[in-house]
Amino acid sequence: MSYETDLARIENIVGELERSEVPLDDALRLFEEGIERLRTASAALMQAEARVRKLIEDTDGGFTLADFES
Amino acid sequence: MRRGSRRPVAQAEVLEPQLFPMSEPPRGYQQRAVAVAAVAISLPAIPGTSPESAVSIEMLTQQAKMVVEGAFPRLWIRGEISDFKSHRNGHWYFCLRGAAAQIKCVLWARDQRGIPAMPEDGMQVVALAQLTVYPARGDLQCTITALDAVGDGLWRKALDQATERLRADGLLEPSRKRALPRLPRRVAVITSPDGAALRDIIAVMRRRCPTVEIVLVPAKVQGDGAPADLARAIECVVRWGDVDTVIIGRGGGGREDLWAFNSEIVARALAACTIPTISAVGHEVDITLCDLVADHRAATPSAAAEAAVPVLADARAEAAEMLIALREALVRQVQKRRDRVERAARDLRSSVTRGSERRGARMSAVVGRLHALSPLAVLSRGYSVARDTSGATLGSVTDFTAALDFDLLLRDGVVRATARTVHPASPANEESR
Repeated sequence: MSYETDLARIENIVGELERSEVPLDDALRLFEEGIERLRTASAALMQAEARVRKLIEDTDGGFTLADFES
Repeated sequence: MRRGSRRPVAQAEVLEPQLFPMSEPPRGYQQRAVAVAAVAISLPAIPGTSPESAVSIEMLTQQAKMVVEGAFPRLWIRGEISDFKSHRNGHWYFCLRGAAAQIKCVLWARDQRGIPAMPEDGMQVVALAQLTVYPARGDLQCTITALDAVGDGLWRKALDQATERLRADGLLEPSRKRALPRLPRRVAVITSPDGAALRDIIAVMRRRCPTVEIVLVPAKVQGDGAPADLARAIECVVRWGDVDTVIIGRGGGGREDLWAFNSEIVARALAACTIPTISAVGHEVDITLCDLVADHRAATPSAAAEAAVPVLADARAEAAEMLIALREALVRQVQKRRDRVERAARDLRSSVTRGSERRGARMSAVVGRLHALSPLAVLSRGYSVARDTSGATLGSVTDFTAALDFDLLLRDGVVRATARTVHPASPANEESR
């Protein structure tokens, strides 16, 4: 869910900067936060090729992900 | 073995003539009676032929039962249910009625498993019936082993009842529906490992969004035990929890094939799932219970995959647009200040040329605004912000009261201060922030 939290926050920041006049260093701080969150969100879009795995519940109640041939 | 389907052999006729009152035409009856009488003379112990050899009721009804069961194979019969009673022992007792006839019926508890819901009076049904005699009462009755309403009445009824129970528990409230994550890192797919549904979901997700990881949670989706297995799989995913979205479903099939997704235990497990859910039961017409409780309903597994993940290229374009929007918003902030400075400068010029009597006061006010708003002054000299103890900005004298504690934020730290007295400036100053 962190992806949409980041996107929502960026939208919120843009809205705040557009709507009202923010003290200048607040504006700069908001801008920097927006860029940082955009960097995090974009990282999720750059990950490697997806795999298909299979969930296996172990006898001790733990879980293992095994590769699944599809 | 259909004992009674052929005529009893001569010997049986001779031994128990009155236990088999065949409705033969009168022809030959006379001769048979004579023959019976003749044998009766030689075999005085034939049961039922004399008051002395009277047969017991047990024997009579037992014989009737054998004959009736032998004479009638198991048959599908149709009629209307009446006097339906579900006994405490689990068995169902009712009558099946035609327009001018009726027969008592019993449906044992062990045979009720395949029947989706309890029938009710007035329902038109077809039933697989074995005609028999119930010796304890001497009743002619049917033992029913399968039953269905004409049309899909019982399935519909079972679904309606379960839907009502879910509704009563608040599980169908639209407010329970959660938004799906826009970019899930991992999606769990509860389905059969070798069904078309899994293949479709994998294909669509790989095409749209190769960053997502698909985790198969194998489950039996049809047949005996499918509901319990599906519910177990959901609970397993909840215990695991390391996933952003759950898809549960299967490809298309007949009503019976999809029935596990109408099971109340599956619907309740799905409703209790702590992770946002998509139901994907391949069907067009009916909505399953799973569809009703899931956060999102997809008509097919492919549609579920589309709902679960975005097209990666679109998401990247969206991120790029956001970067542009951020930059523009910052530029606009600076622009706004420049505009106000220019406006203040115009005010200054006009007040000078107009030569008002309040010239001096206005001039100093405008110069004050000009100074306060100049981004150059702000940037070069730094500035302080007054905040109350809750952190709210104190931007005007009206925010202050005498003896108010406040923080003064400077470039290099905070000064804790107390207001001594408050002096509003001239009216011109109140316009500015």
